[in-house]
Formats: sequence, structure tokens, C-alpha cells
Amino acid sequence: MDTAAGAQARLPIRSDMDLMWVRQHVRQMAAALGFGLVDQTKLVTAASELARNTLVYGGGGTMETTPLAEGGTPGLRLTFRDEGPGIADLEQALQDGFTSGEGLGMGLGGARRLVHEFAIESSPGAGTTVRVTSWVGRPPLRREEV
Amino acid sequence: MPEQAQKTSGSPTPEVRDFLRRRREQIAQRWADEPLFRSVFTVSRDEAVEAGKSVVDALAQVADAERVEDPDAAGFAAVREQLARMGAARSRAGLSTGQVSTELAALRPPVENLLLSDLQGASADHTRASVTVLNVLMGTLRVVVMQTALSEGQSLIDRQRLQLLEVATPVIKLWDGIVAVPLIGTLDSARSQVVMETLLETIVEQQARHAILDITGVPAVDSLVAQHLMKTVAAARLMGAECIVSGIRPAIAQTMVHLGLDLGNVVTRASLADALGYVLHQLGVGIVTPGPNGAVPR
Amino acid sequence: MNEAVPWPLPGPATGHVPVLRLGDVLLVTLQGDLYDSTAEQLQRDLAEAIARSGAAGVVIDVSGVDVVDSFLGRILAEIAGQARLLAARTVLVGMRPAVAITLVELGLTLPGLRTALSTEAAMELLTGRAWPARSGGRHRGSP
Repeated sequence: MDTAAGAQARLPIRSDMDLMWVRQHVRQMAAALGFGLVDQTKLVTAASELARNTLVYGGGGTMETTPLAEGGTPGLRLTFRDEGPGIADLEQALQDGFTSGEGLGMGLGGARRLVHEFAIESSPGAGTTVRVTSWVGRPPLRREEV
Repeated sequence: MPEQAQKTSGSPTPEVRDFLRRRREQIAQRWADEPLFRSVFTVSRDEAVEAGKSVVDALAQVADAERVEDPDAAGFAAVREQLARMGAARSRAGLSTGQVSTELAALRPPVENLLLSDLQGASADHTRASVTVLNVLMGTLRVVVMQTALSEGQSLIDRQRLQLLEVATPVIKLWDGIVAVPLIGTLDSARSQVVMETLLETIVEQQARHAILDITGVPAVDSLVAQHLMKTVAAARLMGAECIVSGIRPAIAQTMVHLGLDLGNVVTRASLADALGYVLHQLGVGIVTPGPNGAVPR
Repeated sequence: MNEAVPWPLPGPATGHVPVLRLGDVLLVTLQGDLYDSTAEQLQRDLAEAIARSGAAGVVIDVSGVDVVDSFLGRILAEIAGQARLLAARTVLVGMRPAVAITLVELGLTLPGLRTALSTEAAMELLTGRAWPARSGGRHRGSP
């Protein structure tokens, strides 16, 4: 009873080679689920940002992909988990420009703008879990900020 | 898992599950004669029986998971598509949603009769509890079919809406390397996404270095519309094309100033003609009006 | 149901993106997906190549790239920044629409980078010749 794009999968995030696997896997699943080219690209980019966060701030972890169907609309959920130091101030971490590692500080906040649903759980010492979901054919969310 | 079963209703759920597995063939045979299956599988009765069996299997799986009241139970996943097809076939045949629901309801009595005959000799309480579980389960099946029917309708509406948007967003070539999109109507998120994609694709196809977004037909510019315009301009710039926003009517210019909206360093012009003139000037193309006797001056 | 899935082109396994020289312009073509280390290596290679050749311009063709995240975006911005310090101008060429939309949504508009639709357009931008306004085929063929 697997859906077209296959069942859940879990990929390790341990090196920048793994980041490439993450991108290719998400691209393939998104295409199989029927995401358009732009939405595929947004999802793959969000996955790359979040996987890099997992690698750089979390010291490595995993990404889990889950194909979804809600009332006939296919969707894809990506869950990033790490056992790293965690984030003390989530509000601040979601601000553009905030960074404690590399990149332009677009990681979390940027990824949030590329998906339909975004949830993060983290506390100091307890690791971080980020869960993002996008749905096929749904327009991007309204954003207040330019 | 007897303890888990007690939690719901004595232990009738495993009982119903076992009954469904045991009587799979007979249930499917009886369903094949009911209007729903008979009218969908007109060619082959065997096919109807097979379809019936997979529905029975799904029900047994849902009962096994103790999720008889849950239309989102994993057990339904395997037959959701099949049920959707059956529901859709009946709708196409002209049945109302209510009529499809009635046909679904007709699947229950044959199963209930079989269950009752299997429960002969059991206590009245046990029989009642088991029949209740079956009824709940069959009710949930109805909900699942109705859900899929409704979402089919919704996704059809979504698809048509998207097609309409694409039709309503023509990108016009004005000159070699200059394209324009006349925007008409409200510019919401879905619409502006389509506009952006269509325009950027055309920029690549035509190798258009200049694109004019004409908002003469946009009734109002609020911060959201301004944001969409800015995003489109920024994306075009990343690809190597310059956007000009034209058709800013005086009233709109006033509102924008009042709202404190700024299009940043985007080039703007009052009319599409002004914008075209600006781009042609950029390209070094001059437009010359012929003299009174048709002669070109100079 | 998986047969129609476009699998992205594998990037070069490790290390090197070749830097070509055309007159006083350096040309780099990125393809497929890049390892972070490959992009970082390219950034170092380009700095050296500009200093060594005294090139006046760098053209980076990204038409074969299907994802640019903030990491690669930062590298591209830094390449342009270091080129500017070495008196060379950088033009990014052929970004795909889906990538451009995603970068804007991500908040990365790369303001310091010049862009062009084709390598020819980029060369014209760098060599300073006026954009020819004759009709048809201006981005094809040699000048």
C-alpha cells in the first residue's frame, strides 16, 4: 500500500556529501508526488538549508521523508533531527541574518518561507527537530515581510 | 491483544475482525449483487468480487487496528483510490451525493445478516455489541467514500482555477527582446505565482532583456501586491532581465504614497507606452514620425 | 510510477570546476549539483586565476544548476566580491526561473552581482559594446 513515491525513508546527515543525497532524494520524491518544477526547487532548497543546519549546528543527524495525502492532495513532509546543543532562543534563530555558523543566516527563516508548514522543537541540550510540509498545487503562503 | 479490545467495547472488535476475514468471500459475493458494485463493474462480476474483497480486507485491517471510528485509519489507504473511482463513476452516471450515500448504506445489511447468523447462540449483549461495531465500521466506510468524492471535486476546482489563471496571463512580445504582461484583476498569491512563472519562462524563451509589468488593470495596490511586484522584479533581475512597472494611475500612486509603499529602485512609468519608450531609448532605438508628406525627416 | 522522474544530473564527484579563459574574460560553467567543497575550491581557484591572468571579467554560467541554496548563493556573492577587489567584474548567466523564484523567496537577491540571460549577453556587458538592437538572432552567432 505504498504511495507512488514510495514509503517513508530516513537519510543520514553526516557530511556535505550527504547534503547532496538529501537534495537528490527530496527532488526525486517531490517530482514523483507531482510537485511542479518551482515547488520542487523550493522544497529541495529548503531541505538543503535545513540539512546544513542539522550538520553545522546539530553536529549531524537525520532527515526523514514522509509522503502525505490530505483529501486527495499529495504532500511531502521532511523531518530533520539532531542531538546537538539545541537552540535557546527560537524567535531569534528564525530572524534573517541570525547565524552562529556559516551561510548568510538564511537557514531557518529562509527555509520557512519556502514551505507551507513549518514547526520546530528545540531546547538547550535536547537537540533540535524541524518539520516542514508542502502540498502539491497550493499557492505560496502570504508573507507580511518583503 | 485482548486488553486493548476491552478498552473499546468488551471484545467485539476482534470478533468482527475475525468475522470479516472468515467471511471475506461471501461478503464480496453478496456485495457484487448490490447496485453500487453491479453498476460500476458492468463488464465482469469477478472484478466486482475482487474489488469487494479488497474493501473487506481494508475493513478487517481497520478493525484489527481498533480504529473503527477513524476515517483516516491506515487500513483505508489501500482502497481509498478504488473507492474514489467507484464514487466518481456513480457521480458521472448522474447520481447525487445523497444517492451514492444510499447505495453505500445498502452494503451494510448483507454483512449484518451474515454476522448475525454467525453469532447464533451468543449472548444478546455480545451480539448487540458486535453489530454496533460493524455498523460503526460501515458508517466510517461511508465517510471515507464521501471524503474522497468531495476532495476529488475540490482538486478539480483547484485545477480549473489554475488553468483559468494561466489563460488570463498572456505575455506579449512588444519588440525584439521586450515582453510585456498586462495584469488585469486582483493580484493574489496564486495569481502572482502564475504571473511570475509565466513571465520568467517567456524571458528565457524570448531572451528578453526587458519586461514590462503593466498594472493598469489592477484595481488596487496594497502592500501584498507591491511585495509580489518586487519579488517578480527581483527574480527577473537574477536571470538577467530588467523589469519596468507601468500603468500606475494617479489614484494608485497616491494610495501607495499614503501607505508608505515603495517599489525600491524599480523603474516605473505612468503608461505602457512610456515604459516602451523608455526601454527603446535604453536599447538605442529611436522612433521617428514621418513628415507631413510621408517623408522621413533628417 | 517512477519512470518519469527527472533525476538531477550528478555533479562532478569532487574537486574541480574548470576555468576557461576567453580573451581577458574567465568563463566558468557550473553543472548539476555541487558539493560544498567543490564550490569552495572554485572560489579559491577563481581568486588565483584572476590574480594570475589579470582578467577584467568573470562569467559564471549557472544554466545547468537546478538548486542554489544560501550556501552556494554566499559563495557566488563572495566570488563577485573578491573579483571586484582584484579589479574584475563578475556576471552570473542563465539562472533558471525556478531557481530565481526560490532565491527571491529565500531572501537572497544577490544585489552585488551582475546578471545576464546568455553568455553572449554577458560578454557584451563585460567588453562594453552597445547592445545591438537589430531584430532577430542577436544572442546567437558570433559578433
